[in-house]
Amino acid sequence: MAEAVDYKAIGTSPVRPDGVDKVTGRAQYGADLNLPGQIYGKVLRSPHAHARILKIDTSRALALPGVYGVITGQDFPEAEGGEIGGEGGGDVSDLAKNIMARDKVLYHGHAVAAVAAKSLSVAQAALDAISVEYEVLAPVLDLESAMAPGATLIDPSCFTKNLPEKPTAPSNIAAVMKLGRGNVEEGFAQADVIVEGEYRIPMAHQGYIEPHACIASCNEQGQATVWCCTQGHFEFRAMTAKVLRMHIADLKFIASEIGGGFGGKTVIYLEPLAVMLSRKSRRPVKMAMTREEVFRATGPTSGTLARIRVGARKDGTLTAATAWLAYEAGAYAGAPMGPGAMTVFAPYILPNFAVEAFDVLLNKPKVAAYRAPGAPQSMYAMECAMDELAERLGMDPIDLRLKNAAEEGTQAPYGPKFPAIGLKACLNAAKAHPNYTRPLPAGAGRGMAVGFWFNVGMQSSAEVHINEDGTVTIVEGSPDIGGSRASMALMASETLGIPYERIKVIIGDTESAGFSNVTGGSRTTFATGMAVIRACEDIIAQCKSRAASTWGIDADQVDWRDGAAIPAPGVNAALKPLALADIAAGAPKTGGPLLGRASLNAQGAGAGFSVNLADIRVDPETGKVDVLSFTAIQDAGKAIHPAYVEGQMQGGAVQGLGWALNEEYIYDANGVMQNAGFLDYRMPVASDLPMIDTVIVEVPNPTHPYGVRGVGETPIVAPLATAANAVSRATGVRMRDLPLSPPRVLEALEAAGR
Amino acid sequence: MVLPEHLLHLTGGQRVLDIAAENVRDLVLELEERHPGLRAALGRAAVAIDGQIFQDAFLEAIGPDSEVFFLPRIEGG
Repeated sequence: MAEAVDYKAIGTSPVRPDGVDKVTGRAQYGADLNLPGQIYGKVLRSPHAHARILKIDTSRALALPGVYGVITGQDFPEAEGGEIGGEGGGDVSDLAKNIMARDKVLYHGHAVAAVAAKSLSVAQAALDAISVEYEVLAPVLDLESAMAPGATLIDPSCFTKNLPEKPTAPSNIAAVMKLGRGNVEEGFAQADVIVEGEYRIPMAHQGYIEPHACIASCNEQGQATVWCCTQGHFEFRAMTAKVLRMHIADLKFIASEIGGGFGGKTVIYLEPLAVMLSRKSRRPVKMAMTREEVFRATGPTSGTLARIRVGARKDGTLTAATAWLAYEAGAYAGAPMGPGAMTVFAPYILPNFAVEAFDVLLNKPKVAAYRAPGAPQSMYAMECAMDELAERLGMDPIDLRLKNAAEEGTQAPYGPKFPAIGLKACLNAAKAHPNYTRPLPAGAGRGMAVGFWFNVGMQSSAEVHINEDGTVTIVEGSPDIGGSRASMALMASETLGIPYERIKVIIGDTESAGFSNVTGGSRTTFATGMAVIRACEDIIAQCKSRAASTWGIDADQVDWRDGAAIPAPGVNAALKPLALADIAAGAPKTGGPLLGRASLNAQGAGAGFSVNLADIRVDPETGKVDVLSFTAIQDAGKAIHPAYVEGQMQGGAVQGLGWALNEEYIYDANGVMQNAGFLDYRMPVASDLPMIDTVIVEVPNPTHPYGVRGVGETPIVAPLATAANAVSRATGVRMRDLPLSPPRVLEALEAAGR
Repeated sequence: MVLPEHLLHLTGGQRVLDIAAENVRDLVLELEERHPGLRAALGRAAVAIDGQIFQDAFLEAIGPDSEVFFLPRIEGG
C-alpha cells in the first residue's frame, strides 16, 4: 500500500475531461439522442393510490391515427420471481409489477398502460382515450397505520421475513431485522443519564436534475438497442432481460451522460416499456418522464420513524442503547432498513445494544437507493440523541463522541472489527477547526454530528489501449457521475508515469466494455479505479517485455520509471530508456498492439466517516432557518482528485441540508402527492446556503493500491442531525421531526411556549 | 464464526460456531452439513473476515484464528 508517497498526478485537480462538453451543451444526456423514424412513448398512470384494476379498454386509443402501439400489464411475460442480482438485490417480480401494474395499482402514479405514437400530442390523446375501470381501495399512508394489527393489506401474500417461523397471518411488515450485543437492561442500569426520543424523517426524493429518459430500437430478430441515462447500463440490461424474459445477449445498452442519479438511477422504469413498444411498432421509441412523473413514480427514499434510547455514565461513557426503526418501503418490499440498522450505532463503542428495524409497505412509490441508503435516517436519530446526551452531561459534543469513538479493532455493531478508520481523525479535525471555536453569531446555534457509510467494491472491468503515438485510451463501464473519468485518468497517469493529458477515458457500452456493476455504493473510484490500475500494470509488464526483446535482455532485467522502460540496476547502463511512445511505435515489430486488461471483484472497500459542523440562526417570528456556516470533514482514504472529493462533500451536505430543512413528500388523504414539482418540493439552491467549507482527512485504506475510500455517500449522512442540533441549540427546544421548515419550527417553538 | 440473528433458528439458537475451514466455500459447506438449510438461508449475504467485508466471498482464505461474520449484503446509492 502506498502511504506517504510523493505522488505526481494523484492529489492534483485538473479540469474534468467531460467538463467543457457539459457546460457548452454538447454532451448528450438521456433525452438528447434522436433516431430516424422515431416515435414517442408515454405512460398512463393511476389516479388512485390503491385500487384493483377491473378492466382496461385500449381499443379507442389504438384506433387513433398515428398510434402505433399500446401495452398494458397483460402484454408482459409472467413476472419471474427471484433476486434481481447486481448491487442491491430485490425481487424481479416486484420490479416488473412496479414498472407496469398487473391486477392492482399500489400508488398514485403507478403505470397502468403505455402508448407509442407519432408525436407527443397524439400519444397524450391516446392516453386520454384509454379507459380503466378501478375498484378503489383505502390507501395506507403512514407507518403507524400500516403496522397496526388489522391494517388494510397492500399485498395479502406478504408474510414478514426473517422471523424464526413464518407468521400465521400476512401483514404490511415485509421484513424485520434485529441486531444486538450484551445485556441492554444491565447497561441502562449502569447509566447515570438516559435520553430517549422519537424522530420522524420524511420521504424525500433524490432530486436529480435530469428526468429519466431512453430510446429503444428493436430489430426484426427481437434484438434491441437501448440508449438511456443510467448509473449502470450492464445492470439495466440484466433487469430488462429478466422483466422481458430475453437473453442478455439480445440487448445492448448504451449509457448517455447522466444529469444526477444519487441512487435513483440504479433501477429501471421506462426501458422495458420502450423495448416492448418498439417491438410492437417496429420503430425506435423515445420516452422521457416529466418532472411530475419523476416525483410520483420513481424512487424516493424511505420516510422513517425512529425511536432511540441511549444511556451513559457521568463521564460520558456509553453503557447501552436501543433503536427501533421503521422504514417506508412504498408499494413493494425493499426499504433500506438493513443498512439503517447496521449504521445507527456504527461510530461508537457500545457494550450493550439492541436494534430492531422494519421494512413496511404503504401506498407510496417503491423506494430506491439514495446516497448511503438508510443511514441518514437512523443516524439522524442517534446523532440527535447524542447531542441531547452531551447537553445533559454538560459535555462538549465532540468530546462525548471522542470518548466513545470506534477505532481500529473496535467490534462494529454489525459484526466485524473495524480495520483502520478515520473517525477520531475527523473528530479531532473538527475540534481544531476555526469554525468550531470562533464566537457564535447572535441568535445562532452550533450543531455537529457524525456520519458513516460502509462503501462497497464489487465488479469492474477496464481495458487500456496504447495508441500508435503512445497516447492512451481507457475503456471502462462505469457511467461518470462525479468526475470519475478524471480520477481514472489520474490513477492511470500515476501508474503509467505519463501526463494526465495523454489519457482519454471512455465509458463503453455493454458490447464494448467488460462488465461493471453500477456507479453506486461509492465504489467507482475505488473498484473501477483498481481495475484501471491493474490494467495499467498489465501494460507495464507487456512494455517491459517489449523493451527486453528490443534490447535482447530478459524481461526481469527491465524496470519501469516515469513512463519509460529502463535497464534494471546493474544491467547495461548504456541502454537508452524506451518511453511508452517509443514502445508503441515499435509495437508492430515486437508483438502487435498493446492492450492491457483487468476484471475484478474489488473487496475491502474502506468504511468512510465524516463530521459536520454548522452555525444556524432561527428567526423566532417566522421560523425561518438560515445556515450561516457549514463545515464538512471526511476521511477520503486518499483523495485522488481533491477538488472532486470536495465537490462530493459539498453536494452531499447540500442534499442533506435540503432534507433536513425543507424537503418532504406531502400527501392528501387519498394518497395524492401535493408537491410534485420543484416549486413546491423545495430543494436548496445556491442562494439559500453559504459556501460549504471542507476538510479532507486522509487515513489510507490498506486494501487499495493508492489508499482510496469511497467518498460519494458518506457526505449526506451527518447534515440532517447537524442541522437539527444547531436549530435545537439556537432555540433551546429539541427538534425531532424533519424537515425543519418554518411552519414546523414555529409549531415546535409555540408548543414549547417560546 | 458468527451468524446473524435471523438465522439462529436454523442452529438451535447457536450464534457463535467454531469451524475449521480454509476458505469461505469450505466454511459454507461445513455449515450446511451441520445445519441443513443454512446455505440457502445465507443467500447472497456478505462475509467479513477479520474485519474486511467481502460482498461475493467464495475462495477467500480463512486463517485458523480468523473471525468470520455473515451480514446482510450492503447496497449503495
